[in-house]
Amino acid sequence: MALVELRNVSKIYTLGGETIRALDDVSLDIGVGEFVSVIGPSGSGKSTLMHILGCLDSPTHGTIKLDDRMIHDASSRELAQIRNRKIGFVFQFFNLLPKMTVLQNVELPMVYAGIGGRERRERSMEVLKLVNLDNRAKHRPNQLSGGQQQRVAIARALVNNPKIVFADEPTGNLVSHTGEAILELFRSLSSQGRTIILVTHDPEIAAVTPRRIEIRDGKAALEVDRRLAGLDRLPGAAAVP
Amino acid sequence: MSLFNIIASGLKEIWAHKFRSLLTMLGIILGVSSLVAMSALVKGMENGTREALVAAGGLEKIRIETQYDLPVHQRHLSDQAQGITLEDVYALQKGAPLVKMITPAVEQMRFREPMTLTYKDKSSEPWLVSGTWPDALPINEHTLAHGRMFGPLDDENASSVCVIGTGVRDDLFGAPETLGYEVIPLGETLQINGLPFTIIGMLDHYESEQAKKERELRKLQPQVAVTSGPTRSRGWGSGKGGHYIFRMKNNTVFIPLNTMMVKFRGLNGTSSSGESAPLRLSNLNMKIPSLDLLEPAIQQVRNILLMTHKGLEDFSFRTQEDWAQEISVVIKNARLSGSVIAGICLLVGGIGIMNIMLASISERVREIGIRKAIGASTLDIFVQIVVESTVISVLGGIVGIGTSYGLVHLISFVNPTDNTPVVTLSSLAIAFLFSVGVGMLAGLYPAIRASRLHPIQALRYD
Repeated sequence: MALVELRNVSKIYTLGGETIRALDDVSLDIGVGEFVSVIGPSGSGKSTLMHILGCLDSPTHGTIKLDDRMIHDASSRELAQIRNRKIGFVFQFFNLLPKMTVLQNVELPMVYAGIGGRERRERSMEVLKLVNLDNRAKHRPNQLSGGQQQRVAIARALVNNPKIVFADEPTGNLVSHTGEAILELFRSLSSQGRTIILVTHDPEIAAVTPRRIEIRDGKAALEVDRRLAGLDRLPGAAAVP
Repeated sequence: MSLFNIIASGLKEIWAHKFRSLLTMLGIILGVSSLVAMSALVKGMENGTREALVAAGGLEKIRIETQYDLPVHQRHLSDQAQGITLEDVYALQKGAPLVKMITPAVEQMRFREPMTLTYKDKSSEPWLVSGTWPDALPINEHTLAHGRMFGPLDDENASSVCVIGTGVRDDLFGAPETLGYEVIPLGETLQINGLPFTIIGMLDHYESEQAKKERELRKLQPQVAVTSGPTRSRGWGSGKGGHYIFRMKNNTVFIPLNTMMVKFRGLNGTSSSGESAPLRLSNLNMKIPSLDLLEPAIQQVRNILLMTHKGLEDFSFRTQEDWAQEISVVIKNARLSGSVIAGICLLVGGIGIMNIMLASISERVREIGIRKAIGASTLDIFVQIVVESTVISVLGGIVGIGTSYGLVHLISFVNPTDNTPVVTLSSLAIAFLFSVGVGMLAGLYPAIRASRLHPIQALRYD
């Protein structure tokens, strides 16, 4: 069953009289529990695709179905609710609120979901334990390393138990071994059945995922399902472009 | 997101920028405290004047005075005008049932025809020496503290007796404040314009509530040694007595009407119609049973007086109602100007808050983007900003209410008046509501701007 269904989705901007097709007639399905990477050079439209998939933006044309619900024409209020309950975001720059503690940052999505204080605490501590940061709950983000901050962001993304987790260049701002640890974390989340969409420009990172969607000039140019292609069983698979 | 959470996060945001928030609040603090202080001062003024109004006889008192300028169409008959006489009093007693009490008076005012009272080596010029009937006490809201008021027999005999106010006593026998004890000079003989009079009664000491409070406060404090040497004359009265009405009341001497007419005949105007004509009175004072009957009572008195005065309108009515109306106009104006000033303060405070909120949201664009990405709706952001600005201004309002007490005390310390400022609960409530309203209004525009930010653009913002 497809969790996400995109049909003929286009996103057209006009910038200074010039029409830009950020997304051009993209159709794709993502199933429950898939670990997908969206790859493409900068300006290819992969971020736009993520924004539309992540309900941060609406498409100009086309239909989107998320978890059996049409969302391409939902109101901003409904979109906010979908982002809150069904989607988790992990950003390149972590995007934690600097004035709040780690715990408060993780609690924030539940605050908007209207969940009571005690349950918020319990669930936050649970996900913090999952990312091995339960001992840093009272710290502020700027007292943590980049990798730790990103793990806090992942905890925040998971805390409302979303259907999909979006990660936009999650390792882009980290040194390589920390980045690998983060990818490892995603992989283990995926093995627990979580649907994860990883947006990156780096083929090496994209190689981690069983399925890759390549975006070029706003089109889903190439889809490689590595399981079907049997590529993931080859040695040195990470080097495949 | 529950309101409690929003308020908590608003407080946190304010605490994160303590100094900035304090400066922002300052406008509201000043606005609220000036609003409360203004209304306290005006309320004090109102109380003071109303007290004085009651002291002067209350609203049920009507005074009829001789009108020397007749209306234009009667001016050629002015030599026929005989003024107010005892005949009028008798006629009114018989013919005006709406008048509860009436007394005639021949009054010697200090500023027109001063009378000199002497006792041994001291002298005094009282505000008023009034030759009248015993009913003058209740009509003018006087009460007797010691001795007795003269009766009809004293009047008939034209006895040389007088009832004095405490101000006169202070001048002639010494004030309790300087002597340390109170003199009650009953039975003493003083001279009025050289003629001996026996003091048979003394009136109460009249003062405003404020003066009373101050006096009682002074009593509690240790007495300061009396300074020797000549003391400066403070004119009539013992200086501080509150509103001038109280000083006037204390500086009053009553003598029987007949005594006044017989012994001081030359002083007051005789009737123009010659020796045989009745003596002119200065005025008539009367009381009506209730304020509702003021208009019909005046009408009744007027009709009777027009009969006895052969249709000549040589009299005029003085009611306290005019004064009461004047008071309310003054109070209204004071209140209006006060609230305009306070309103401008609050407006400036509100603009300050709006300015800070705009600066704050442009600092926090990214935060708003993050909040939106993780599920804050437009409404959530809107409410958050409005609540933040309301919290700032409510805090300002609370602090302002606190400082208003200080301000009121400061004002009454710098410029002590007889009218103690009164901080009313309603003025506090109004000030508080205004601060809430200003905060909400000031937050509205920044909140609209913040909530309309597009999440993606907000996230990309540096």
